[in-house]
Amino acid sequence: MKLQSKRTTALVAFTLTAVLSLTACGGGDAETDAATGGEGGEGGGELSLTMLPKNLGNPYFDTSTAGAEEAAEELGAAIEEVGPETASPDAQVQYINTAAQQGVGGLIVSANDPTAICDAIEEAQGAGTKVVTFDSDTSPECRDLFVNQATPEGIAAKQLELIAEQIGGAGEIAILSASANATNQNAWIEMMEAELESNADYAGIELVDIVYGDDEDQKSFDQTEALLQNHPDLKGIISPTTVGIAAAARYLQDSESKGQVALTGLGTPNQMRPYVEDGTVEAFALWNPGDLGYLATFATAALINGDITGEEGDTFEAGRLGEFTVEADGVVVLGEPFVFDAENIADFDF
Amino acid sequence: MSTTGRVYAEYSQPLWKRLLMTREAAVIALTLAVIAYSLVNVQNFDGPLTLKFLLQDIAPILLIALPMTLIIVTGEIDLSVASIVGLSSVVLGVLHQGGMPVPLAGLVALVVGAVCGMLNGFLIAYVGLPSLAVTIGTLALFRGVAVGLLGTTAVTEFTERWTDLATGTIGETSIPLVMIPFALLAVAFSLLLHFSTFGRGVYDIGLNSEAAHFTGVDVARTKFVLLTLSGVVSAFAGIYFTLRFGSARGDNATGLELQVIAAVLLGGVSIFGGRGRLHGVLSGVVLIGVIASALRLEGVTVNVTNIIIGLLLIASVVSGGLLAWLSRRLPRQASRASTDPGSTSTRPAARAGV
Repeated sequence: MKLQSKRTTALVAFTLTAVLSLTACGGGDAETDAATGGEGGEGGGELSLTMLPKNLGNPYFDTSTAGAEEAAEELGAAIEEVGPETASPDAQVQYINTAAQQGVGGLIVSANDPTAICDAIEEAQGAGTKVVTFDSDTSPECRDLFVNQATPEGIAAKQLELIAEQIGGAGEIAILSASANATNQNAWIEMMEAELESNADYAGIELVDIVYGDDEDQKSFDQTEALLQNHPDLKGIISPTTVGIAAAARYLQDSESKGQVALTGLGTPNQMRPYVEDGTVEAFALWNPGDLGYLATFATAALINGDITGEEGDTFEAGRLGEFTVEADGVVVLGEPFVFDAENIADFDF
Repeated sequence: MSTTGRVYAEYSQPLWKRLLMTREAAVIALTLAVIAYSLVNVQNFDGPLTLKFLLQDIAPILLIALPMTLIIVTGEIDLSVASIVGLSSVVLGVLHQGGMPVPLAGLVALVVGAVCGMLNGFLIAYVGLPSLAVTIGTLALFRGVAVGLLGTTAVTEFTERWTDLATGTIGETSIPLVMIPFALLAVAFSLLLHFSTFGRGVYDIGLNSEAAHFTGVDVARTKFVLLTLSGVVSAFAGIYFTLRFGSARGDNATGLELQVIAAVLLGGVSIFGGRGRLHGVLSGVVLIGVIASALRLEGVTVNVTNIIIGLLLIASVVSGGLLAWLSRRLPRQASRASTDPGSTSTRPAARAGV
């Protein structure tokens, strides 16, 4: 009796697992069919590109991907956006590896760490993939080309110009940044520090604190609160990150510091619209991430087609943006930062 | 009849049945099926880089799953493993930045891992606190220390010789070098769990720790040793993780403990303890790795991957519970009159050690 029941149990075990595996495979089937079907459709283009932002679900990168897709369409290329949930380098490495496995023609990546993803990039290049960084660079020797949204000098100067204007040229200011090892943020902060020391126009401005919100809304919000508590005489905050400036504006909007403490930095029009309209924020700067993705895609295509090699002085056409020249260290610059204020914000939607 | 039935039912079946009709065999079969399916249907899965990247990705999970299996078999759990990975990563980074060569800094990181494991072990085994509470606490504690030591910066200047070791492969094959220490550890842990007195004690504790104590198993010492081993192996995984990415960060491997525990449970280890085999667990890790890799190649977003792995995990746990329920129901229906009270409470215990 006992023996038989055990045998039955084992049989049931096996059947159940078999059913389980079948369902699992069945699920896989549906997934794959859908995916392969999609690829088959795009297979007409000669160029296959992978867009790898720092993380998915970030409106900034949604916009840059939209720009990249626009460019891909003009070029007749197939482009696929992939990315991790959180902006960590180890998660990004897995996607770079996947691109290498797929042997895609070009990889357009915003780096989560300047060196941690270099080995993976090297491997992808070994598999014949051209690697272009945008928004946040790796070490120059890693990648083929870097499409820079604006020069650090230009961004730093523009933000200081804005804050100086808004606080009347004197007082304490602080910086609310993203994560402490974000390449681009740190470059801008260094420039601002240098400019504050050397430029006589900013003699009355004192940078009292730099805090990090890690590009998380709640953390940035909390850091803004802490800044205002720790520095009662604070006149202005610069937040050179879209998540940070929106969280800071949300805090200021409901606090008594609204109108007392100026806020500027880099933000997107859609996120900042309510705060500009109600006067919490006077003006802020940014480039168009859509244009950035667009330019990066054209640059990648030019590399793959052999129009450029990434040498200084190479020139290429980037659709509606016109002609660009590769500068030293394989850098292509999009242009000057753009200032958004109550006058013009209605003209933008990204 | 009743004696043989109670104690040796498993052994009275032919060998091939005892080997094949198991949960572990089912997981291995499923893994092979998914691999075969991916090779045929997923573009580029059969490429030369797949195996290397797959093994590199799952290496930390494979490593930590070894001690985790033993811990869960005793009915305990260690949630702090990923934080120990992060802490050892930071220790390695900070010491190396301070001028210490990588091997020495790695050794210190291993010692730190051991100390972390001992702290867990002391609180669980000797103070007698529940492992779930203790390791949730140390999960936060170790991660906090890690992030505190390095802030949100990263140490990235590691000697190329050592990072090459972490990313390199054995000769011309696509087997990463890290598989060598893993293989050694896997053999050691198999011997420990399946072929030693200590291992018998591990199962006994999971089935009934009171009874184990009275049969001469040093319950506290066993748990202490296991949690210490978990700390050391997690620290080793942390060193590998750091060198592979060439980046020591406080937030390295955040959330890894969930992947490890998911793989262990998927591999057929009972969360209530007393049941599970190492080969099932290792197969579970490979299964999760293959699914993730194949779906990435198909361009499926990471959320979908998580959903599939989550469903698979729930299905595997549910099927285990369902089996236990069925094995209680079926004999009772067959011979309701002569139900032997001992058999109603059998979890499939006899399968434990084989």
